[in-house]
Amino acid sequence: MTHAQRRPDFDVIASWMKCGETVLDLGCGDGSLLVLLKERGISGWGVERDPGLVLAAVENGVNVIQSDLEEGLAGFEDDAFDHVILSRTLQTMHHTQQILAEMLRVGREAVVSFPNFAFWKNRLAVLGGRMPVSEDLPYQWYDTPNVRFFTLLDFETLCTEMGFVIRERRVLDEQGELIEDEPNFLGSLAVYRLGRG
Amino acid sequence: MTAAQHSVGPVVSQRVAFETPFCFASGARLPRWELVYETYGELNAAKSNAVLICHALSGHHHVAGWYADDPKNIGWWDNIVGPGKPIDTDRFFVVGVNNLGGCHGSTGPSSINPETGHPWGADFPVVTVPDWVRAQALLADHLGIEQWAAVIGGSLGGMQALQWSIDLPARVRHAVVIAAAPKLTAENIAFNDVARQAILTDPDFHGGHYYRHGVRPVRGLRLARMLGHITYLSDDQMAEKFGRRRRQDAARFSFDVEFEVESYLHYQGDKFARWFDANTYLLMTRALDYFDPAEPYGGDLAAALAQARAGFLVVSFSTDWRFAPSRSREIVSALMKTKKDVSYVEIQSRHGHDSFLIADPYYHSVVAGYLAHVKT
Repeated sequence: MTHAQRRPDFDVIASWMKCGETVLDLGCGDGSLLVLLKERGISGWGVERDPGLVLAAVENGVNVIQSDLEEGLAGFEDDAFDHVILSRTLQTMHHTQQILAEMLRVGREAVVSFPNFAFWKNRLAVLGGRMPVSEDLPYQWYDTPNVRFFTLLDFETLCTEMGFVIRERRVLDEQGELIEDEPNFLGSLAVYRLGRG
Repeated sequence: MTAAQHSVGPVVSQRVAFETPFCFASGARLPRWELVYETYGELNAAKSNAVLICHALSGHHHVAGWYADDPKNIGWWDNIVGPGKPIDTDRFFVVGVNNLGGCHGSTGPSSINPETGHPWGADFPVVTVPDWVRAQALLADHLGIEQWAAVIGGSLGGMQALQWSIDLPARVRHAVVIAAAPKLTAENIAFNDVARQAILTDPDFHGGHYYRHGVRPVRGLRLARMLGHITYLSDDQMAEKFGRRRRQDAARFSFDVEFEVESYLHYQGDKFARWFDANTYLLMTRALDYFDPAEPYGGDLAAALAQARAGFLVVSFSTDWRFAPSRSREIVSALMKTKKDVSYVEIQSRHGHDSFLIADPYYHSVVAGYLAHVKT
């Protein structure tokens, strides 16, 4: 998890939340997004597995629940939150469909951001015979926490199969600038707002 | 960094006598009663920096520091309470109290019943966690503390912190609930029952009035503690600490102490039975059995915790099987259900239930990190 780096997706995510709403941030890292949301009057809880990041979130003064997302969200009630966020974490998880279904069980809306494997630089790297290392995929193949590599098209296909509605999509380049044209080619990071179908 | 540098130093116990009757949940009353307590740090002008430490089964008011005339008698949670420590006495005014029914100076079974002139013994009222909370609130009144910045406890102490947040929500800003459970399981109660039976069936128990016979049910209390002690440790830790090691190499084909673990348990039992009061042990275990803050809310813990206004830190330990992490997660789920501010940390530790007393750096950082955001 690239918790220390600049997070352009946070601004997109925060812009979708309204004051007074409740948020569950899955894989919340050190709680940076929750700090940002708290400043905007949005109450949130984070879920994090890593002990060091849990401590960092406690030290940042946000609500954090230590739990492993791979085990689902059993402790959380149906419809408990306005938004459930999974920011740059989906690609690190094995139980992809389970977590997406769980998000839309406990939340009215799911917000998912992930690095786009089909970003042109990544394609170029693979064409050149190497695994991509970029702003949004900053790891070497041997030390990456990522276990799922997928593209905007792949993700949207899965959403359709699972019966989710894509309410909004923002695609960013490596500088965090919004991409309008050819998002699956020019976009490095995608942020989706999903609802139940 | 030495222990002395971060100690509150020499401390003096204090005593407060309440002349108005204390009414127990059972309906029993104490016409007059006393609490012993200790305080560390300074109460600020706004009286907004007070922290209450609630003790567990065998704990008491001597939480930190030592006594000038008994420097080896160091408080039971001295590793976490002190200047610059996680419960920082440079910021907080920390209060430790011996609960009603205790055997360390507060009114309890070994105190004199004014009506008979003899110790209360078995006639001392059965006390509950809500009783303790009300008694502690009267101590807070006495100290001029309207609202605790935090109420903190481990095990049975954590249960008191939880009860505070439900019963007197306006008087608690934060509750730190460590190695606790929302109520006991049948297995927990069963262990307590065996411990009590050991005491109750000791020929020296005399129906709880052993004081007047000049004896103490030491054998029963020793067995009770040995049993309890097993539940405080983890299997891993016992394997590591004792394994199957014997005091002699070969089996002696006897029932004497041969395995190291036997020797250890006997030592712990003997040590405890020398100073603890058996009637207090009965009361404390019963308070645990009865603890169920959800009961008045139809068994709905979330409905009970909906009363709370506090923020919560809930901490559990991986090898604690007495109050396992899953029990803490029940508390957390109930808090989440009513959208309370809560953080939950499950700490990897080898020390079983007793982990809450161990000076583990990560555990202490979590408590310190949480309390750093508690406004004074």
